[in-house]
Amino acid sequence: MEQLKTIGRELAMGSQGGFGQSKEFLDLVKSIGETRSKAEEDRIVLHEIETLKRRITDPDIPKRKMKEYIIRLVYIEMLGHDASFGYIHAVKMTHDDSLLLKRTGYLAVTLFLNEDHDLIILIVNTIQKDLRSDNYLVVCAALNAVCRLINEETIPAVLPQVVELLGHSKEAVRKKAIMALHRFYQKSSSVSHLVPNFRKKLCDNDPGVMGATLCPLFDLITIDANSYKDLVVSFVTILKQVAERRLPKSYDYHQMPAPFIQIRLLKILALLGGGDKQASEKMYTVVSDIFRKCDSSSNIGNAVLYECICCVSSIYPNPKLLETAAEVISKFLKSGSHNLKYMGIDALGRLIKISPDIAEQHQLAVIDCLEDPDDTLKRKTFELLYKMTKSSNVEVIVDRMIDYMISINDSHYKTYIASRCVELAEQFAPSNHWFIQTMNKVFEYAGDLVNVKVAHNLMRLIAEGFGEEDDAADSQLRSSAVESYLRIIGEPKLPSLFLQVICWVLGEYGTADGKYSASYITGKLCDVAEAYSDDETVKAYAVTAFMKVYASEIAAGRKVDMLHECQSLVEELSASHSTDLQQRAYELQAVISLDKHAVENILPSDASCEDIEVDKNLLLLDNYVQQSLENGAQPYIPESEHSGLSNISNFRSQDQHEASIHGLRFEAYELPKPPVPPRIHAASLEPSTELVPVSEPSYSRDTHQVETAASISDMGSSELKLRLDGVQKKWGRPVYSSSSPSTSNSTTPNTVNGVTQVDGAVNVNSKTRSTRDSRKPQVEISPEKQKLAASLFGGSSQIDKRATSANHKVTKAGIHAPEKAQAPKAAVVSNQVTVEKTNHQPSPDLLDLGEPTVASTTPSVDPFKQLEGLLDPTQISVTANHGAVGTTESPDIIGLYGNASASGQSSSSEISLTTNRDDVNFTVGLVDATVSTAHAGTTLPTQFPKGLNPRDSLEKDALVRHMGVTPSSQNPNLFRDLLG
Amino acid sequence: MGIRFILMVNKQGQTRLAQYYEYLTLEERRALEGEIVRKCLARTEQQCSFVEHRNYKIVYRRYASLFFLVGVDNDENELAILEFIHLLVETMDRHFGNVCELDIMFHLEKAHFMLEEMVMNGCIVETSKSNILTPIQLMEKA
Repeated sequence: MEQLKTIGRELAMGSQGGFGQSKEFLDLVKSIGETRSKAEEDRIVLHEIETLKRRITDPDIPKRKMKEYIIRLVYIEMLGHDASFGYIHAVKMTHDDSLLLKRTGYLAVTLFLNEDHDLIILIVNTIQKDLRSDNYLVVCAALNAVCRLINEETIPAVLPQVVELLGHSKEAVRKKAIMALHRFYQKSSSVSHLVPNFRKKLCDNDPGVMGATLCPLFDLITIDANSYKDLVVSFVTILKQVAERRLPKSYDYHQMPAPFIQIRLLKILALLGGGDKQASEKMYTVVSDIFRKCDSSSNIGNAVLYECICCVSSIYPNPKLLETAAEVISKFLKSGSHNLKYMGIDALGRLIKISPDIAEQHQLAVIDCLEDPDDTLKRKTFELLYKMTKSSNVEVIVDRMIDYMISINDSHYKTYIASRCVELAEQFAPSNHWFIQTMNKVFEYAGDLVNVKVAHNLMRLIAEGFGEEDDAADSQLRSSAVESYLRIIGEPKLPSLFLQVICWVLGEYGTADGKYSASYITGKLCDVAEAYSDDETVKAYAVTAFMKVYASEIAAGRKVDMLHECQSLVEELSASHSTDLQQRAYELQAVISLDKHAVENILPSDASCEDIEVDKNLLLLDNYVQQSLENGAQPYIPESEHSGLSNISNFRSQDQHEASIHGLRFEAYELPKPPVPPRIHAASLEPSTELVPVSEPSYSRDTHQVETAASISDMGSSELKLRLDGVQKKWGRPVYSSSSPSTSNSTTPNTVNGVTQVDGAVNVNSKTRSTRDSRKPQVEISPEKQKLAASLFGGSSQIDKRATSANHKVTKAGIHAPEKAQAPKAAVVSNQVTVEKTNHQPSPDLLDLGEPTVASTTPSVDPFKQLEGLLDPTQISVTANHGAVGTTESPDIIGLYGNASASGQSSSSEISLTTNRDDVNFTVGLVDATVSTAHAGTTLPTQFPKGLNPRDSLEKDALVRHMGVTPSSQNPNLFRDLLG
Repeated sequence: MGIRFILMVNKQGQTRLAQYYEYLTLEERRALEGEIVRKCLARTEQQCSFVEHRNYKIVYRRYASLFFLVGVDNDENELAILEFIHLLVETMDRHFGNVCELDIMFHLEKAHFMLEEMVMNGCIVETSKSNILTPIQLMEKA
């Protein structure tokens, strides 16, 4: 009967647009629904815009029609086009007296406008009026709008009314008033005195209001948990009552009592119990109750279970709860559903902070997730690995991360994972050499995405060594860095930041160990500068590197022979548009013409770590100033004290100042005064060098600055300076801490684990196992996985020993091969079997049309059977089809498969269905006839134009509803039951 | 804030309903919808119903030809959101009776009204179907 009703309804829609909607609207929606491409859709929408622009300004549009226009405007914006021409009409509609029109108006306005739009001011008045309405639905509509449209400035206009509404007799109003207050609280600090209202409303006797109040309270507790500790008992009591089904039945969802409220309460408890033993103890009972009561076979049950785990891992630890949580996690991980695995991995990451050992028993599951082609799962697993990284497994984990980083294109995530790699490498690097290699890789593949600070840290590391008094090791590190850079430098398209590091390191240490000649290094640098001629920063680094190399040559008493190509590069740069490059080029030329002594002063070798003392007050000039003053010079007036018209010789700042006042300046500038006072030179360091006499001392200061700009400077541009602040000394020598026994320690649990898993799984799947075993490739992976597992989860010193005991281990494994390798293999196999099995048989509640099909598919067949005896042949073939697809499945999946994978089925079934369509058409025709007679009195026949045949739509509909088949014409998807 | 947006998009990538709980310009919405839909459509049924996109996490679920996509913050319970989608569909189903894509298209404003009852300020505020539907039914009668 339900079927008949919908058919009738759609028929009605076909005739008069249904519920008073016009034929025109129907046509629009249908044509949008039936478009096959974005271009087609755009064409329709553009046409629609033209139509509406013409019509909407008409002075006497009936209200109903206006509502339709507004919805059409919503469509236009939803499909990505601008409908601003109609905003004002939506605003006007909010003034309407009819509730439906008013609410539609409010809806459209909230969809169109953001809170700072100019038109909002026209609505505030209406909102105020509506908040006072006697009709509670009008009040609710206004409160909805308040939550979307009121900004910080307009809050006072409605605040008193909203507060008053907190005591309204209708729970729906109280609920929305609370949310409006929540919104105000988010927007402005001026309502903080109203916070007690949230506490009060927690005790509202309507569960809906209470549930809504949890939202603002959650926000408040996130910010400051301590002020709400007194509520712990209340929350626990509420949660207990919810779990005991004291709430109205209508809050149940899939047999769970108010699960969404439970989840929010658990979130709040997690915040309140964090690091608070006393508060946590009050929660243990209720959380363990919920653990017990949750139905782990439904999605929502698992959602609540997951939230319990989050709560347990956040509050003060309780061994028993942790144990339960671990059990749930292992259930999640063993599940065939990717969603549950994902939740399991996430939960594992939370629990691992408290009980670090828990990961070990799930190592194979974790590795499976890591190697899963599903990116989401993979990333979640990286998140977990990140949390469990220690110095023993950092190499494996970071290597994996880098491999993944190289393989993806998504720059957002690439940035993220690159920074994770850097962080882990900085924290746990087992050796300096490894660190540099790792950083090189990160830079090479994600250099444009990593923070500049990372580059500076790396340079600092190479320059400073490792904080130990071991110069030999430091210089060895530097040589290895230089060598690796010389190797990489030839690669095409290196990221700018990486090149900067390379240039800097080559400049500082390229010739330090005497292995490479100055001309070799400068030649390489020159190549870089030429290859990346668009990148001024790289060129700047390269030129400064030249200067350092030559300076060390001069200091060593060797004669500098500038390569021809360098020469021409420098000449080219001295005419560069960039003043910075120009300056560097000139300085280079100046430096290499100096003598040994001067050069040693300007650019002492390996002095990048020396602190440069900046005499900010320029005390050294005091004498000079004193003298000048005595000689009658004018005293210096600080810039802040003179106005824009003062005759300061710093024409640059004056220029700017004037520009900001007058815009363009048309008179000629005064001649710059002779640059007498040196303090001014100090104030405007960079561009005025040409005006400053290049005397030795000042020059040395300048070049020094350039040099430091590339390394450590307090003065130069902030982009270029090496930041020393906030960098902790995270690294150190490798921590080969623990002893060898742990090696064996780490391998045994693996196999033990493997065996236990076999016990569990193989017994069940013993039949399938034999077939799977024959699949060689899958089986072969397992030792590899095994190894990976060992290196990830193994004891703390497993890796340290790896280098020495690798061979040893291999032979050991070889000896035990038969039984030892067999067991873990079996475990993996069984694992895969379960995965495959569940692939065939999605758990009913997961992804898609699970359980609801039970309810809706069966009835969808019945009424028709009763109605149309003629249908039998089709009916049979259809059910036969279903049978063929899902004979082995549980009954509720039949519907799912019949519907969802009809197109994906074998072609034979398709054919049988299409051939049967004639019959259906026929029977549908019958229905059509009956229905149209039922509607006989109405104007049905005349209302159907050629294109829109009721018969067509009905036929389509019936077909679709019936069998979930896709007829080739038009867009039948539109008719498909979402839940069917 | 929790939920940042709710989208309904069909298999062809055409938007059927869009509700944002933070302001994005038309261009930003267009771009976001395009990117997300491309991402989600490319996934298989076995894969997770969750996708990371920029700083959102997208929880999505497919019903017949229609995808329901919910963009959430990082600390949201994904499974719960997945069930929230189902609750939404069940609620629409109760109202429309065997809800289909066309119902939502024809009654866009009603679908929005239901969302308005269920989600405010990006938080789930109401999960009782009767509470959600009562105001809408009253309005229809009025």
